[in-house]
Amino acid sequence: MSAPIVSARGLVKDFPAGPDRTLRAVDNVSFDIAAGETLGLVGESGSGKSTTGRMLVGLIPATSGEVSLFGQTVTGRGGDARLATVRNRLQFVFQDPNGSLNPRMRVRDAIAEPLDIKGDVARADRAARVAELLDMVGLPAASADRYPHEFSGGQRQRIGIARALALRPEFIVCDEPVSALDVSMQAQIVNLLLDLQERFGLGYLFIAHDLAVVRSMSRNVAVMYAGSIVEIASRQALYAAPQHPYTQALLDVVPRPDPDRVRKPALAGEVPSMLNRPAGCAFAMRCPRAEARCRVETPALRDIAAGHRAACHLV
Amino acid sequence: MADATTAGELLAPRRRFPVLRRLARHRSFRIGFVIVVVLTLAAIFAPLISSFDPTSMRARIRFRPPQAAYWFGTDNFGRDVFTRCLYGARLSLTIGLGVAVLSGLVGTAAGIISAQFRQLDAMIMRLMDGLMAFPAIILAIGLAAAMGPNIGSLIVALSVAYIPRTARIVRASALVVRELEFVDAARVSGASSLRIIWKHLLPNCMGPLLVQLTFVFAYAILAEAALSFLGIGPPPPAPSWGNIIAEGRDQAVDSWWIMFFPGLAISLATLGMNLLGDGLRDVLDPRLKVET
Amino acid sequence: MSAPLLSVRDLTVQFRTDAGWLTAVEQVGFELGAQETLGIVGESGSGKSVTALSILGLHAASTTRIPTGAIAYAGQDLLKLPDRAMRRIRGGEIAMIFQDPMSSLNPVLTVADQISETLMLHQGLDRKTARNRAIGLLDMVRIADAAHRVDAYPHQLSGGMRQRVMIAIAIACRPKLLIADEPTTALDVTIQAQILDLLRELQTELGMSVILISHDLGVIAEFARRVLVMYAGRVVEAAPSRALFRQPMHPYTSGLLAAIPPLNHDVTRLSTIPGSIPDPGRRIPGCRFSPRCTEAQTECREQAPDLVSVGDDHFARCPPRLHRMRPV
Repeated sequence: MSAPIVSARGLVKDFPAGPDRTLRAVDNVSFDIAAGETLGLVGESGSGKSTTGRMLVGLIPATSGEVSLFGQTVTGRGGDARLATVRNRLQFVFQDPNGSLNPRMRVRDAIAEPLDIKGDVARADRAARVAELLDMVGLPAASADRYPHEFSGGQRQRIGIARALALRPEFIVCDEPVSALDVSMQAQIVNLLLDLQERFGLGYLFIAHDLAVVRSMSRNVAVMYAGSIVEIASRQALYAAPQHPYTQALLDVVPRPDPDRVRKPALAGEVPSMLNRPAGCAFAMRCPRAEARCRVETPALRDIAAGHRAACHLV
Repeated sequence: MADATTAGELLAPRRRFPVLRRLARHRSFRIGFVIVVVLTLAAIFAPLISSFDPTSMRARIRFRPPQAAYWFGTDNFGRDVFTRCLYGARLSLTIGLGVAVLSGLVGTAAGIISAQFRQLDAMIMRLMDGLMAFPAIILAIGLAAAMGPNIGSLIVALSVAYIPRTARIVRASALVVRELEFVDAARVSGASSLRIIWKHLLPNCMGPLLVQLTFVFAYAILAEAALSFLGIGPPPPAPSWGNIIAEGRDQAVDSWWIMFFPGLAISLATLGMNLLGDGLRDVLDPRLKVET
Repeated sequence: MSAPLLSVRDLTVQFRTDAGWLTAVEQVGFELGAQETLGIVGESGSGKSVTALSILGLHAASTTRIPTGAIAYAGQDLLKLPDRAMRRIRGGEIAMIFQDPMSSLNPVLTVADQISETLMLHQGLDRKTARNRAIGLLDMVRIADAAHRVDAYPHQLSGGMRQRVMIAIAIACRPKLLIADEPTTALDVTIQAQILDLLRELQTELGMSVILISHDLGVIAEFARRVLVMYAGRVVEAAPSRALFRQPMHPYTSGLLAAIPPLNHDVTRLSTIPGSIPDPGRRIPGCRFSPRCTEAQTECREQAPDLVSVGDDHFARCPPRLHRMRPV
């Protein structure tokens, strides 16, 4: 892998949860993303995947750990100033196509917002850029005059993508960009993101709960559970030979359009509360293979093959 | 990259001014709108509607009941009550508008600042709680007494009383809006607090704010009447609905019309503003809802 | 099949909007036998939920009208039933669970209160008996430590637990038919699998018929024996599950199936259905799907096709495909 444009090292996020209590939403998360590549980040609710994505772009400050973007360390002392120098090179695409656009703002102004914030864009250039961006995401130029409510969910997601592209970023965090869309719209947006990546050499952190969608988007995939990465590998390795029992269970339960398939029985139990984190492996209480040491000793994320890491005592 | 996936992507036919259309179809909004417009026009064009002078006294025609020449009758100084109500509308509506605008501006500023700058929130909201703890009328009496009885001080006094309510409403909606993802989108692009307030929070708080201000407008007209009745309203002889009633109270039994018609005007104005506010609330409030 | 438990015929449902009457569901029909499982699949605006709500008569009378149709259940037309009789059926013989268990549960009542309410209302049990039955029901929906959890408030439960409570309320009166409207959409995949397993087990235990409504063809494939595919208010295809997934006979069904990202192999791009789901208010002449259909011909845009038999118990609304199958 070439030098990463994005790297996270030991990221931790604690949220206050009442007096003298904190909730550890993200625990010791590390990964790298190279230029033009996608890391898929999969997990269920409470896995900390979305919090991780937000920490990466400075929407949520990290409690500890380090984020480097384009060679700049943007966490810690003086991090904000360094983040400002790379701000224009990163962007974010949100999940909710309703909430991510200001209902009182015309599409033109929504898309041009990053340009307006950066400043120094002439009016004519701004209009030309908006038209260009609308074309890039496959919306008619006439959309510029309209308000978000006049568009369908899929079209609104295209508007959100156009906004993210306004300053020609090199890296975009996509936080569940297709989860709220109808099936027939999901595929369109996935293809659009792939086309844009090919055309502009974009790097993505693609956050999702759907392993099938992640497979179609990502070069590398990380699986999160209860705040930590439990397995990270190339797409080929992860889908062909998943190592962590959680990844295996997750792959087993994805509903497939095949009436003859017999699914394995569902995994019992639920994600543990982050307030009463169990000792040892967080997955142990649901794990069909758990042994005594799993409930005592927290497994470290370690190499099990080249480029394939898993946090499990049993692999 | 107009790829094949977008071939069928057509925009729905354009509907202009959807909010205005829905307001125009809303029955109580229409009634309220007509009442308020009629009263406003009456106030503006008072000299064209009536040829009488609202303040000149004519001893010969004191206490005339309503009749063809004097629609609302005359008062104890022989002044035409209809004319006084017309001119009184100017003062009463000015006070209503003044209070709505002033308390709206200050309340919005306080509410938005509280919501966006969380470190100031506690301080600002405790101040608002303090103001809110006083009954509005008592507060206005105190301030009017301190600042002297003129319209300016009346507007300020009533505004102070209504600022906390407005601030709370704006703060509550701004707190909801700032959690929405488009605000995060702006932050990712490096937007300043000022920009977030101006472009994102304010426009999305306008609905509840406007609704609140129609009610403030109505309260202010009522409060003016109450204060006049207590003798600390706008000073006579310039008529306001409140002081016409106040002056007529000694003749309430024999010459009912002196109090009745300005009272009717007050009821009509508050009813109109309330209907207007109800309509705005119905149309604007679930405002992120997509219209069909 | 003997006399069906539920038979919906020619159901059309319209809603009043600012722009006049809007047709949300048009000429929908299907039959459901005892202990059968029907899946209704469709995207937003397809009318799948509206159809389900009509069975229970849950639409507001002032803004809804049903110009045509009959819903026959156990020998009576539910559309003509007086309110009181309908209330007895609702929650008694026909029960429903929804996507969002949080908004369906009353936040200020305990689980025991909410389950007991149904039992006291429909079966006239006293409070104490109802409470014991409630604990038994929680056991049935595999909630561990039921005697303790029964006193919890909804906010103290996870999303999956809340959905289990909703299911407990739904099966409290041993319904003959359970309508599940996107019951797992708000849940994580591992919890979704648990709930689907639970529903399947309960269906066998109680001998219920189930109508499962979902946008997810995977969930439908796993659960339903027979499937209805809806698009823009109409049934475009109806078939036994295996036939539908193996040999879809409507381009929309084919397109939806192809658009699902594969889990077992890599692709460079996903297959897509062009265009957007139409606005509910928009009138589309001819076949509703024709503007997005790659196989559409002139006739498709002019004349609305009928749902015709294309195989064994397999119906589709697509003349070009039918002609291709049986050349005239």
